[in-house]
Order: sequence, then structure tokens, then C-alpha cells
Amino acid sequence: MLSQAVQFLFSGLTLGAIYALVALGFTLIFNASHVINFAQGEFVMIGGMTTVFLVGFGLPMPMAIALAVAAATGIGMALEKLAVEPARQASITTLIIITIGASIFLRGLAQLVWDKKLHALPPFTGDAPIGILGATILPQSLWAMGVGVLLLLALRWFFARTLLGQAMLATANNRMAAQLVGINVRRILLLSFALSAALGAAAGILIAPITLTAYDVGTNIGLKGFAAVMLGGLGSSAGAVLGGLLLGIAEAFGAGYVSSAYKDAFAFVIIMLVLLWMPRGLLGGAAAERV
Amino acid sequence: MPKTTFRLALAALGIGAALAWSPAGAQQPITIGAFLSVTGPAAFLGDPEQKTLEMYVDEINKKGGVLGRPLKLVSYDDAGDAEKARTFAKRLIEQDKVDLILGGTTTGTTMAVVPLVESAGVPFVSMAGAVVIIEPVKKWVFKTPHTDRMACERIFSDMRERKITKIGMISGAGGFDKSMRQECLNVAKQYSIEIVADESYGAQDNDMTAQLAKIRNVAGVQAVVNPGFGQGPAIVTKNFRQLGMTMPLYQSHGVASKQFIELAGAAAEGVRLPAAALLVAEVLPDSDKQKPVVLGYKKAYEARFKSEVSTFGGHAYDALFIAVDAIKRAGGADKAKVRDAIEATKGYIGTGGVVNMSAKDHMGLDASAFRMLEVKNGSWSIVK
Repeated sequence: MLSQAVQFLFSGLTLGAIYALVALGFTLIFNASHVINFAQGEFVMIGGMTTVFLVGFGLPMPMAIALAVAAATGIGMALEKLAVEPARQASITTLIIITIGASIFLRGLAQLVWDKKLHALPPFTGDAPIGILGATILPQSLWAMGVGVLLLLALRWFFARTLLGQAMLATANNRMAAQLVGINVRRILLLSFALSAALGAAAGILIAPITLTAYDVGTNIGLKGFAAVMLGGLGSSAGAVLGGLLLGIAEAFGAGYVSSAYKDAFAFVIIMLVLLWMPRGLLGGAAAERV
Repeated sequence: MPKTTFRLALAALGIGAALAWSPAGAQQPITIGAFLSVTGPAAFLGDPEQKTLEMYVDEINKKGGVLGRPLKLVSYDDAGDAEKARTFAKRLIEQDKVDLILGGTTTGTTMAVVPLVESAGVPFVSMAGAVVIIEPVKKWVFKTPHTDRMACERIFSDMRERKITKIGMISGAGGFDKSMRQECLNVAKQYSIEIVADESYGAQDNDMTAQLAKIRNVAGVQAVVNPGFGQGPAIVTKNFRQLGMTMPLYQSHGVASKQFIELAGAAAEGVRLPAAALLVAEVLPDSDKQKPVVLGYKKAYEARFKSEVSTFGGHAYDALFIAVDAIKRAGGADKAKVRDAIEATKGYIGTGGVVNMSAKDHMGLDASAFRMLEVKNGSWSIVK
């Protein structure tokens, strides 16, 4: 019985780590611009698919990963420059709709540039499962969780210790005031898109060996990431991580103990309940540190 | 404005007349309508189907057409949407006035169109899997792929040989998955097989360890069957190995393509599944009646499109050639005569098997059309 629960926990944590990374991407852009970027899931897809194809061309894995993250970052910046910035006078709703349009566009583009098939990325370090407490975990899951934690720590450091990070925090807190003290908020906006695209791409690459990737994986994972954000509290980075992990674990335990048919429903019911009692999400309370 | 419209109309009339009176017009083309899911979630089925139809319609026309008349293919992409499929089928019947309809990549799109072709009286050959398409028999509706029931029967007879009596089942939420799961539940008794665990997963799920762990913990499970197609089965296979499960794992014909092995990687080793001869064209014994047909199709397709042949394209091949064969025997494209001729198809050797249709059987395949395959060293081998 214990081994079964541990097994559910492992699969929940693996997916949860990925949801958390996607949710962090949402949070970064939201804080810098108050826009919910619905193209966030497409960064996940671009990361995974680019790596698959570069590896297919015979590139070594580390180089393929680096290039894929770079490509996604570039696309994220292009999205900001070409689609979001020209419309910066528009209302937030308009901007959100623009990102939905961008996500449809990117998905279509992926279909043309690559193909409509599913692809698997070889795992980073073999696929011999590791046994713990009677349950098994794939090395790739450890990669996903480990890199997820590293990225989170790196982000924390960036915001706490670097001037640029502080500038982003300032912009998140009060855009006007930030501008008045000489922060280039347009640059900050661009940076937020670049960072969250890179985070999304990293999530896509980490998960591709486990869950496969295709031109349309972004929709679902984007939605889950968004759900995690809502659960954790919009605008809070700790909330994004907590929301992502909780969502992943809820899904795994829901599928294991209740019924796999209602796996998605189970996660969304939890979100509904949380939002009913805590409309700002678990950690979205009074505006403290928002990143 | 009205003037321009009038001129346009006149011009159109002129072009139309010119076409009608051109020498080619003496041999009116036979119009084949098709609606396929070339994009969308079933694109991996619809895409090779579309390519196959285009390739062979071209080839037939180069060789002088059918009964001296060229074939004209009118094809629409329904993107896997049953509602769109219905609209396109209506257009094919009313606007394009096609002589017969091929298509219906999925069971869903096919069933949406069945009432239309039945009331309009147009011969219709579907490329979708489920038994409901031909059972009960519908006058104008035929299909080329094996049914999911035959797949269950083939799997269960293989299990019986391995003395397996208690199994677990895990299936997806798609139409194909649900239909095959139901068929397996229906026929299990006849093979004295007991399904002691019955789990499912959603269409977009990417982790099935929870469900598989549950099956593993049910006492007495000797094998697992996974009726499903798309990404699900590849993930199930990976998760199955991750959990260290060593009992036999059976997949369905729904994933009978090289892509499954690519996606599941090393985890696919030892997986068994029922599939058509096309998949193992090269390793078929020379005595096999289907060998020349499947090898010919495979080579032609792969040379033209530079991508791996799939059984799904084969379903389109069979649909087209059963129709062409029937038109030849009917001596023209008269709808009622073509329908009768399709129903009278006997001994047609296609990619799916040997087809013998009758008034009671609008598919005409038997379980022998399925070969039991096992993944060995990253490739298919035939289980003797």
C-alpha cells in the first residue's frame, strides 16, 4: 500500500515540477505587464520539438538543448517586440487575446516547420528505473525535479542579488514609480518574455523524454500551468511552484485512488474549491513580494 | 456592380461551355469524393490516406483511367470533426455530385455521414475501424480496415495459447479505445479470459504509472492489454517497464506503425500486437498471397513520399481499389450497380487481407488477416 502511494507521489512530483516551471513563466510575464501570456504552453512545445529535431540532425544533446532554449528565448522576445509592444496602449484584455492569437500561430507554424507526429526525446541518462520504497522512478524524473529546483534557486538569486532582478521586482510592484527612478520598463518587459520563454523551453525539454512531444502539446500543458498559477495565487512565484506541485500530486492521487477517468476533473475541482474560499489563490494574499 | 456580375457569369458560362465541349469532355470523369482527417488529432491516419488516394488516382489516370474514363478526386479535410465531416459529405453529394464516397478517417466522422449516404444512395467505403460501421449492415456503407473485435479475438487467441486466463486492461478515452475496450469485454468469455482490472486514462494524459500500479496490485493478473491509439499506448508501454512489470503486454492494431517503436523505444521490446501484413511486408514468406500487393504498395508509397508506409494508408489503398474494381465490373459509375458490385467483391487481395464481401458482411475480412507481431530488436517479427 505504501509503495503504491509513493509511486503516485513520484509521478505527481514529476508532472508537478513541470507545471511549476510553466506556472513560473506565467508569473514572470504577469508581474512585468499584467498580461497572462497564453502562448506560454507553446514555449514548452518549441523547447521539446526543437531539441528533438536538432538531436535528429545528429547534434549532441547538450548543444541541442542549449540551441533549443536559445531559439525559444528568441521567439519569446520576438513575440514581445512584434506583437505585444506595438499594442502596449491597448487594454490588458486585448493583450491577452493577442497572446492567444500568437499561440495559435506558433502551433500552426510548428505543424509546417516540423510535422504533425509525436516524437520522443532520448532520456538524458538512460531509462533504467530506480527503486525507492518499493516504487520506481525514472532517472529523467529526477532530472526534471532537480533542474526545476535549480532553476527556481537561480531565479531567487537573480531577483534578490542582481540589479536587473531588483529592477524587475520594482517594475512588478509599481510600474510608474519604476519608470520614474529610471528603470527602462520596456526592456524589463522584453526580459520577462525572454526569461519565461526560456523557462518554458526548459520544462518542455525536461519532460519530452517522459511524456513525448508534438506540435500541439502546448495547449494542454499551458492550461495546466495556468491552473497552477490560479491555485497558487496570481503574481506569487512561491505560489506558482506550490500550485504546480499540488496540481501534479492531486492528479496522480486522483487517478490512482479515485478514478483515472476523472483525473483532470479532480485537479480542477480542487482549484474551484480553493478559489471559492481563497479567491486570490493559496499565496496570492496581500501584495507582498510579487514575482 | 450588376454589370460586372453579369459579365463574370457570362465568362464563367463560356469557360464551362468550352470545357464541356472539349474533346476530353467526351469521356466524362468518374468523380470520387473523399473526406479525410488530414489535419487535427487523427492527422497521422488521414495524412497517409490522402497521400495514397492522390498517388493512385494519378497513376490510374496515367494508365488511361477506369473504363477509359479518367478519375477525378474531390477531397476535403474534416480535421477529425464529425460536424465538418457531415457538411463536407453533404457538399460532395449535392454540389460535387460525386459517384461514390471514400473516407471517414475515424469512426466518429464515418458515423456522422452514414445517414446522408443512406438517404442519398451513394456507395460509401469507410477507412475507419469500429464494428458499428458495418453492424448492423447498412445498404450503402462498406469499410476496409479490420474491426476492433477481430483484434480482440486475435489477442485473446494468442493469450489462450500462452495459457493466460486473467488479464488487466488499460484503455484511453478516445472513440477507438472505448469501442475496442467494449469489444474485448464482449468476446473475452468465449476465450475463457477474465478481465480482472479495467483502468482508463484521458486523451491528453502523459503519465499512466498510477493506473498501471493499480493493475499490478490486483492479484493474479497474467497479462495486460492496452486498446488505444495515439500517444497513450507509447506512454503506457514506457510506464509499464518503468514499474518493472514483466508480464506480457499487448497493444492494439491502433498503434501498428514504426512510430510506436520509435516513441516507446527500448520499452517496446517484447510487446505483442495484432496487425496487417503491410507492416511486415519484407519478412512475409514468399508463399503469402498478400506479399506482392503489400510490398508493391509499400515501395511505391515510400519512394514517392519518403516516409514510412502505415496500415492507415493501406486502408485508403484498399478502399480505392475495391471501388475501382467494382466500377469495372459494374461497367460504369451507376450508383446502384457500383453498390451491388462492391457487395459482390470476392477474392480481392488488398493490404488489409483477402476481401470476400456479401450481403451480410460489408467488410469481408476474417481474423486470419491479422498477424500477431512481437517487437524484437527494435523491429517487428511474426509470432509463429
